[in-house]
Amino acid sequence: MKMFARIILPALLLAVGISAIVKASGVPAAQTAPQVVAVKIDNFSFGPQSISISSGTKVTWTNRDDIPHTVVSTEGVFKSRVLDTDESFSFTFDKPGTYPYFCSVHPKMTGQVIVK
Amino acid sequence: MEDAKKNDELLVDHNHDGIDRRGFLKCMAWAGTGTLCVMQGGVLKSFSLSRTLDFDSGAAAGELHFVQISDSHMGFNKPANPDVAATLQAAVAKIKASPVSPEFLLHTGDISHLSKPEEFDAVDQILKDTGKEVFFVPGEHDVLNDDGQQFRDRYGKGSSGAGWRSFDKKGVHFIGLVNVMNLKAGGLGTLGAEQLEWLENDLKARAKSTPIVVYAHIPLWSVYPEWGWGTDDATQALGYLKSFGSVTVLNGHIHQILQKVEGNVTFHTAASTAFPQPAPGSADSPGPMKVPAEELRKVLGITGVNFVRGKEALAIVDSSLA
Repeated sequence: MKMFARIILPALLLAVGISAIVKASGVPAAQTAPQVVAVKIDNFSFGPQSISISSGTKVTWTNRDDIPHTVVSTEGVFKSRVLDTDESFSFTFDKPGTYPYFCSVHPKMTGQVIVK
Repeated sequence: MEDAKKNDELLVDHNHDGIDRRGFLKCMAWAGTGTLCVMQGGVLKSFSLSRTLDFDSGAAAGELHFVQISDSHMGFNKPANPDVAATLQAAVAKIKASPVSPEFLLHTGDISHLSKPEEFDAVDQILKDTGKEVFFVPGEHDVLNDDGQQFRDRYGKGSSGAGWRSFDKKGVHFIGLVNVMNLKAGGLGTLGAEQLEWLENDLKARAKSTPIVVYAHIPLWSVYPEWGWGTDDATQALGYLKSFGSVTVLNGHIHQILQKVEGNVTFHTAASTAFPQPAPGSADSPGPMKVPAEELRKVLGITGVNFVRGKEALAIVDSSLA
């Protein structure tokens, strides 16, 4: 019982605590370093269509479709060149906010990046 | 109301103007299989096109004949068509083999696939073989990275703004519109205020009896908005055209033949010379549609258009590359 109270319980609480903090920040529990989040472009859509990241995260879009696409912020914050199949575009989001974007070639394709 | 005595005669003259629109619609439904419908003397005559195209070219030629090609996507090289240059060359061969030589060509955009200079060069080279003047409007694939600067440098002579223009041939007024610039998130094709103002002014000078042909890349009618197959502000443009007796709208973008007649306006979309796309809503997305290699040329094609003086509706004939 003493061992439980002094060692195991605090350790458990600490683990739960870290896990909760880590989950709240939207970062997978295993990682703590700044990371790259991948968005796949395929079938005329961005997947995932909406992502939540912490500021300082780099997002990389890769086109797996058989048609070229672009990644263009509706507010003019970022704009890729045209991406043919297997080409990528990356942008690092420093400021918190919501960043809607679309494909300027096929404007019905929309997505958003939420930066916390 | 008159009863038809034989198939070719005017079936129903609703508007008392000698135009049998229902018969014309029926004839246009056959057009995809190679039927030439020509209005002569108020009577709709149909000629079926054999593979060797041996019909009475005098009777069928009308007064003005031109050809529309579209969506050559030079630079595309995926399984749906690994050799778009070869199929464009097949389209040119078809044009050259036609007994009725077109006066000029219209290209309704997506000339290139990635707006690369060598892609535009390749198309120019292949089309030069027709020996005909070509009028281009851009598709969204032609204005990548540079807001259409290359397109205007190459094909913009005599045009205004983003590359719109009008010209006359044998009394028919042609208007090339650009609806692929400044596309908004979640939106469709768009003409924009400056172009609409230009269009309104351009039409003011024309007699209402002047046949009008409007050509643009993205359809000017709402084919399938979910896939972006429509133009946000086309209604305004069509409003300016309302009082004209004969309006033909030729579009591309959707890589399949669709047609619709609405009052005095005939809408028609052309096949691509590169690859087909699925029918509206029949697939997850509007991307290139793979067909067996031996079937490919059947679903690619060119569009021939005939105008007969005095008759309002233009005759539109689609021919596949098979």
